[in-house]
This record gives sequence, structure tokens and C-alpha cells, in this order.
Amino acid sequence: MQPGDRHRAYFKANLKVIAVLLAIWAFVSFGCGIFLAPWLNEFRIPGTGFKLGFWMANQGSIYVFVLLIFIYVWIMNRLDRAYGVEESD
Amino acid sequence: MDVQAWTWIFVGSSFALYIAIAFWSRARSTGEFYVAGKHVSPIANGMATAADWMSAASFIGMAGLISFLGADGAVYLMGWTGGYVLLALLLAPYLRKFGKYTVPDFVGERYYSQTARLVAVVCAIFISFTYVAGQMRGVGIVFSRFLEVDITLGVIIGMGVVFTYAVLGGMKGITYTQVAQYCVLIFAYMVPAIFLSLMIAGNPLPQLGFGGANEAGLWVLDRLDGLQHELGFSSYTEYDWSMINIACITGALMLGTAGLPHVIIRFYTVRRVRDARISAGWALLFIAVLYTSAPAIAVFARTNLLENVPGQSYANAPTWVSAWEDSGLIAWRDHDGNGAIHYTDGSAFKGKPSYEAHPDGRPMRGEHGQRLVKNDDVDGVNELYIDRDIMVLANPEIAGLPPWVIALVAAGGLAAALSTAAGLLLVVSSAVSHDLLKGTIAPQISERGELRAARIAAAFAVIMAGVLGIYPPDYVAAVVAFAFGLAASSFFPVIVMGIFSKRFNREGAIVGMTCGLLFTTAYIVWFKFISPETNNADHWFLGISPEGIGIIGMLLNFITGIGVSMLTSPPPDDVKKLVESIRIPGEG
Repeated sequence: MQPGDRHRAYFKANLKVIAVLLAIWAFVSFGCGIFLAPWLNEFRIPGTGFKLGFWMANQGSIYVFVLLIFIYVWIMNRLDRAYGVEESD
Repeated sequence: MDVQAWTWIFVGSSFALYIAIAFWSRARSTGEFYVAGKHVSPIANGMATAADWMSAASFIGMAGLISFLGADGAVYLMGWTGGYVLLALLLAPYLRKFGKYTVPDFVGERYYSQTARLVAVVCAIFISFTYVAGQMRGVGIVFSRFLEVDITLGVIIGMGVVFTYAVLGGMKGITYTQVAQYCVLIFAYMVPAIFLSLMIAGNPLPQLGFGGANEAGLWVLDRLDGLQHELGFSSYTEYDWSMINIACITGALMLGTAGLPHVIIRFYTVRRVRDARISAGWALLFIAVLYTSAPAIAVFARTNLLENVPGQSYANAPTWVSAWEDSGLIAWRDHDGNGAIHYTDGSAFKGKPSYEAHPDGRPMRGEHGQRLVKNDDVDGVNELYIDRDIMVLANPEIAGLPPWVIALVAAGGLAAALSTAAGLLLVVSSAVSHDLLKGTIAPQISERGELRAARIAAAFAVIMAGVLGIYPPDYVAAVVAFAFGLAASSFFPVIVMGIFSKRFNREGAIVGMTCGLLFTTAYIVWFKFISPETNNADHWFLGISPEGIGIIGMLLNFITGIGVSMLTSPPPDDVKKLVESIRIPGEG
């Protein structure tokens, strides 16, 4: 592959990663934390006093946000190597 | 030892630490002054970003705000953390690859336009000053309540400390003091949280504690909902606001977070693109420690308040009630004249308390010893006014924790306020010396001249911030929504489009930023300043409050920007090359 094609392919793969992770991001916050929360509140997390929707908005979404960034870092570092665009030290 | 002695010890030693770090990490070049020489390790940068981001509002204000809002308070929790995902995925790595010093730098080069750069400079300075005013006020509150010094003197001491390390050390000094400040603030936040959680739920982890059961075997949250209903409040665990409004405010806070220049600039300080990615992860992890504890503290504080105050006679009320009354943050008006504090939904009187005083300045007191207020009456039977800002600061007292814990919270509040103030002041100083002076007015200025200009600008900004802290404009709280709305509707779209589209051009950026800005500004100014009496859901556009309108401003920015770009000529080839190069971490 030409460097130009390789870079384009890398960026396309990057965009796909972003799209999937942001879909999860929107689902846990705007989905579970907000629009679905009243319905989720009919359920409780077993063994706790948390209503599920309330917990997603107050706790769960934040944990998922942290995870998403670390997953992103892990995938991108692999992509960098796979497409030979990693930085030299 | 009493609280005040402990407070002097904690505050004094933490200030000494910050100044020592400043001397150790003086900046010697503009590169060190603006971006700490790009040698900050990702974990240190994560901590510094966390301290930079968590302001007096996060530390002092947020849990209190949530404890009064209940479930609706989640807009702040999700809004102020979710933005970091956008920052990590859409902005940080690319801006680090671009590598120049400021946000206006990026806007100016990507859109090959001095006009665009100037619009960005104005936005950056406005957003930063808005924010700084709030920080300095936080410093003043802590000093006046815990050290019983005058607010003015408190602000001057705080200014002196920030002055030392921001002017001397620039970004390098600020970064390493922020690392220390993160440690101080998170320790100070967690110690009372753990104590409270143990007391109320018997669980040392507050994140789990507020889902646990109290001594009577009732779920803490069910007990709180019960208390709320008994006293005539709505459920704590269910939303009160409309869904669309909750979603818009959350979104505006997320996008605003991702567009705040003092946060973005932190990702320029690391060595490589991959370091920028991972430091966003560390930053959010460090932030999440506080942000997942805050809702627990809110629940504990609310429960404590509702269990201990309503129905009590004023004479038997806990001592912190009268202590905070003296600071002007609590007031009680005995509507029914029975001497007991009746607390329910609604305002106790119009506005913030303004106390009656004798001609010689002594406060005028009622028959139960309470301070009298002269505010106009409102309909309703609630008798108690509580400023939301006091919940975190008063929590250790309310829970009867030892004096050193109370003092620790004071030092933590100061760390949060000072670290954020320093980061903001650096944005102001670099916007002036780098973007205005070097970028526009005097491009030939020498490295030493620019460094001196940066220091003078930082010094000037510190003094301005102090003045705003001593004479806080009434509208500080109102303009915070403004800072986020502005960041969301101006910076976020043009930076994202600048990275992900090669077709988005100068004309599109200028028109987009202007439309987004004007619309958001007009909407907020109308409801907050010109016609505040109509600021309610009946009059809002699509039911969206001024806090959430930045989302619509942002959409407007995207739509007009893309439209105008399509109708005008594409960017020149060297700009297209620039865009290609910032997308690839290595090479080019």
C-alpha cells in the first residue's frame, strides 16, 4: 500500500472505533441515564436500595465513560501499530 | 485544638507546599511557560487535568446542588464527566499532534484567518474570566467562614499564592502544583465522605453506602424518599424536570466541557499523541473518584438535614445553624410564630437574605435569637432558607466529625479553587501574549520579550480575578451557564469540523461560530437579564432552559457552517495537508 492509502485506511478504521464507542456513550447516558430511566426505575439492583435508572444516571454511566476511554486507548494503540503509524520514542 | 487552629495549619502548610513547588519548577522558555515543555507524564497530566477541571463549584457546590435537586442533579454528574469521552475521542489526540500552544492558534491556522483567531481569543478570554470570578469567590467564602478573616483579605492571600506560581512557573509550575492540589482536594473530599457513609450506612465506600441500608434496616434512599414526602417535597430518586430539558442540559455541559480552553490546553503538555489519549483516561478516572462520591454525599447530607432540622425549635437547633446564619448563608423566618423551624417546599422569602441591623452594625435578633431578615414575603409556609453552597462545607459539622476533618475540607476547597483559577489565568495570559501580541500585533517579538509579556499578562489577569472575587458581580451564577453554552456553541463545532472535515473552510467557521454565539448569547441574555420573570418552561423554546440552549447553538453552528462551506471555495492545499497530518500520530 502507498503511504497515502495506508493513512486513509487507518483513519477510516479510527472513525469506525469512534462511532461504536460514541454509540455506547450515548446509550448509557442519554438512553439508560435519561430517557429510559423512569422505566428502569421499576427495577432495583439486587441487594441494594438503588433503583436502576437512578443508579445509571448517578453512578453507572460514569463508570462506563472511564472504561470507554481506556478501551479506546487500547484499540488505538493497536491500530497505530497495525498501520505502522505509531510514534517513535 | 479547635477548628480554626487546625485550619491555619492545613491551609498554611498546603500553601507553603504550592509555593515550594513553584520555585522548583520555574519556567525558563515560552515552551515551558505555555505547555510545560511538553514533558509531563500522562499520569501527572491526568491528575493536573483533574485538579484543573474540578473547581470550587465541583468541590464546594455540586454535592449541595444535587442534594436539593435530587435525581435532576444527575445532569451535572453525567454532563461534567461525559464530556471527557468526547475530549478523548474527538479532540485531544489531534490537537496534541497539531502541537501549537493555544486553542486560538489551532482555529487561526486551520481556518487560515486572523478574524477566526480573534473571535477565538475573545471567546477564550470571556469564558475564562467568567469562571475565575467564581473561583475567587469560593476562596473568599472558605476564608471568611473557617478562618474568620475578612473576605477581601482572604481573596488577596489567595491571589498572592496563585500569583507566585502562575507568574513564575507558567504551565510548568501550574502543572506540578495541580498534581499536589489534586492529592489535597481528593483526600479532603473523601475523608468526610467515608466517615458519613460509615455513620449512615455502615459501609466505608460512599459509592456503595448510599445504596445500602441504615441502622433501622431501611434502604437509605427509601428512607430519604419517605422524609421528602412527609415534609411535602417530591421524590428524591425520580426526575422532576422534562426529559428534553434534562437531555439538553446534560448535552450542553458535555459539549461545553469538551470545548473549554483551559482543559483542552492541558493535552498539549504531554510528549506524544498516545500520551494525550491515555492522560484523558487518567483524568476522567481521577475525576470519577469525586464525581461518584458526590451523589452519595448529597444523599447523606439531605438525610441528615431532614432528620435533624425540621420541627426543631430554633433554640434547640444544631449549632451549625446559627454559625452559618452568621455567615449569611442560612436564614429562618418564623412565619407562624411558634419558635419551631418549619421546612417544606417553596421559598422562605424573596431572594437571598438581607439581614436587619442596628445603627451600630450589630445584627438585629428576634425573640428566639434568630437574625431578622428584611426580605419581602412570598406565598407559602416554608420558613428556612439554606444556601446550597454550604452543604459540603457544613457536612462535617452536621455529622459531628472531629475538628481536623472540618479544617481539611477548608484546605481542600481552597486547593480546588486555586488550581482551577491558575489554569484559567494561564489561558488568559497565553491568549494575550501569544495570540494577540505574537500572533497579531508584533510577530517579530523575541522569545524573551514574549515570555515577559506572558508574565505581565498573567499578573494582570490575577489582579482582575481578585477584583472580581472581592466585588463579585451578582450574575456570577447566571454566567456559568453562559461559559458552557459559549464553549459548546462556539469552539466545539469548529474544532471537530477542523479535524474531521477537509471541506469545512474559513467562511464556514466564521459564520458558524458567529451564528452559534449570537443565538446562545441572545437566548441566555434574554432569560437571565432582560426578562428574568418569564424564565420558565412556558416561555422556553421547545421547553429548553438557558442552561441547555448551548446544544441548539451548537447545532446551528454546525448547520450554518456546513452550508456556507459548501457554497464557498474549499480550503487551500496546505490546510488540507495540515488536516491530513494531524490525523496520523506518527510521520508527517
